[in-house]
Amino acid sequence: METARAALDAALLRRAAAVLDLAADPGLDRETAGRLAAAANAARRAGEGERELTESRLSQALRAALDPPDAGLAPDRLDEVTVAARGVYLARVFHNDAVSDTRRARRSRLVRLLRLAGTAALPHYFEMDDQPPRR
Amino acid sequence: MTRARTPSGTPDATPQADGSGMRVGIVCPYAWDVPGGVQQHVGDLAEALGAMGHEVSVLAPVGDPDHRTPPYLVPAGRPVPVPYNGSVARLSFGPRTAARVRRWIAEGRFDLLHIHEPAAPSVSLLACWAADGPIVATFHTSNPRSRAMAASSGALRSALEKINARVAVSEAARRTLVEHVGGDAVLIPNGVSVRRFAHAEPLPGWPGRGGSIGFLGRLDEPRKGLATLLEAFSRMAPHRPELRLLVAGPGEADLSGVPESLRHRVVLPGRLDDADKIRAYHSTDVFCAPNLGGESFGIVLTEAMAAGAAIVASDIPAFGAVLDGGAAGELFRVGDADHLAERAAALLDSPERRAGLSEAARVAVRAYDWDTVAADIAHVYETVLTSGEGADAGVRLDGGRRSSGAPRRAHPRLRGERS
Repeated sequence: METARAALDAALLRRAAAVLDLAADPGLDRETAGRLAAAANAARRAGEGERELTESRLSQALRAALDPPDAGLAPDRLDEVTVAARGVYLARVFHNDAVSDTRRARRSRLVRLLRLAGTAALPHYFEMDDQPPRR
Repeated sequence: MTRARTPSGTPDATPQADGSGMRVGIVCPYAWDVPGGVQQHVGDLAEALGAMGHEVSVLAPVGDPDHRTPPYLVPAGRPVPVPYNGSVARLSFGPRTAARVRRWIAEGRFDLLHIHEPAAPSVSLLACWAADGPIVATFHTSNPRSRAMAASSGALRSALEKINARVAVSEAARRTLVEHVGGDAVLIPNGVSVRRFAHAEPLPGWPGRGGSIGFLGRLDEPRKGLATLLEAFSRMAPHRPELRLLVAGPGEADLSGVPESLRHRVVLPGRLDDADKIRAYHSTDVFCAPNLGGESFGIVLTEAMAAGAAIVASDIPAFGAVLDGGAAGELFRVGDADHLAERAAALLDSPERRAGLSEAARVAVRAYDWDTVAADIAHVYETVLTSGEGADAGVRLDGGRRSSGAPRRAHPRLRGERS
């Protein structure tokens, strides 16, 4: 469970870093670059309660900026962003899958009766808009 | 082996940069020496990953000891035929196989296991039980009422909880998984090695002047839909004196529905080797995929597309999706021989239409090329390995009670094998 969460955090951080890198690309117009950088920074700084919302906003900003992508962008920066965005989708599915498994296990009578879970908090699904930009 | 693992805490290091050289153990539940969609998938995936610089070992049952196997294959024992998921699967199970699975895991020192069809009561389920560490699983079955999946769901669930990442090869396969065991899976379609199928000489004597229709697949599996094609042929053949049918694949074909006078025009070359199979796709004017359902993806269909065949296929959802809703191949109502005969006849009469479909199929199949698909799968591996403690140790044997497979109490000798 912790592993899945760590993978999701890693994927989100990688995407934010890739977006900041892309925002620095001279091929991007200033306004779009500003919007992307602001969204990525907001996502990185967001507290626990706001992360899903800010990460979703970053997804939307990315789709708005890259559907279709500007011709002048450096291809490796663009690749890194699309791969990283796809990674967020993968990691989130795997994370929520692990949450489902854990929650199902915690519901079982035996686990509840014997308090096998101790005082561990019930894990939460990470709900966000993770649709990557089309290529 | 050489993979520099990202320590947790510095997760923003890009795994792509150092992700080459993963040691991957792939488990295939079905007999390697019998052709099938899953075996083909595993073989192509292993080769594509190898070409990307990863070390791959494949564990699969092998029935015929003389069968030529690729260097990455590790035999897991003799398979037995078992009716499974509406067809006959050749699977391996039991304590001896379990011992081999455990040895393979112990000696392989894998970074990650990739288990195909973990629900299949074969080496896949055994590997799920025996292993501990990063596990990716791919689900191929699409069957809304899979009794095997429903019956084994208890044992299956305990095995599935070990899986870090689930992949489904089609929307239908994903739905089957969600309905039977819950959770979710990412969708990564099957790949086809487009280059391998693109060019080949037709088999000698084909396609002939009078028109020809092709079929490939096991002949004795009802869900492959051969009966529908034979019925359609019986209706068309009297009006087309030179029309021939090429029906290639292992198994006994039931020709009782075809009138005696037409049977000599149904050509049965039996099971073809890989090279002849590719030639078969190039040998007929029209290629037919009459499957009745239960087909999660239709690897035969994408191969025919890669060969640039003019295709007429049943309109089951998986085929409709692959053929772009009919733009890359004609669709007919599933199981409807009249409709199939009508569509096939129209194609036989129009070389222009066939050329158009052939071109469209070659374009549409690019999305399913193995290079694209294997990169996506490798990304899944990296996502699983990027994080945390489990990844550092790679795949180990599970010391738990359920780890030894069929016998609940682990045999002391199996235990002793832990290195």
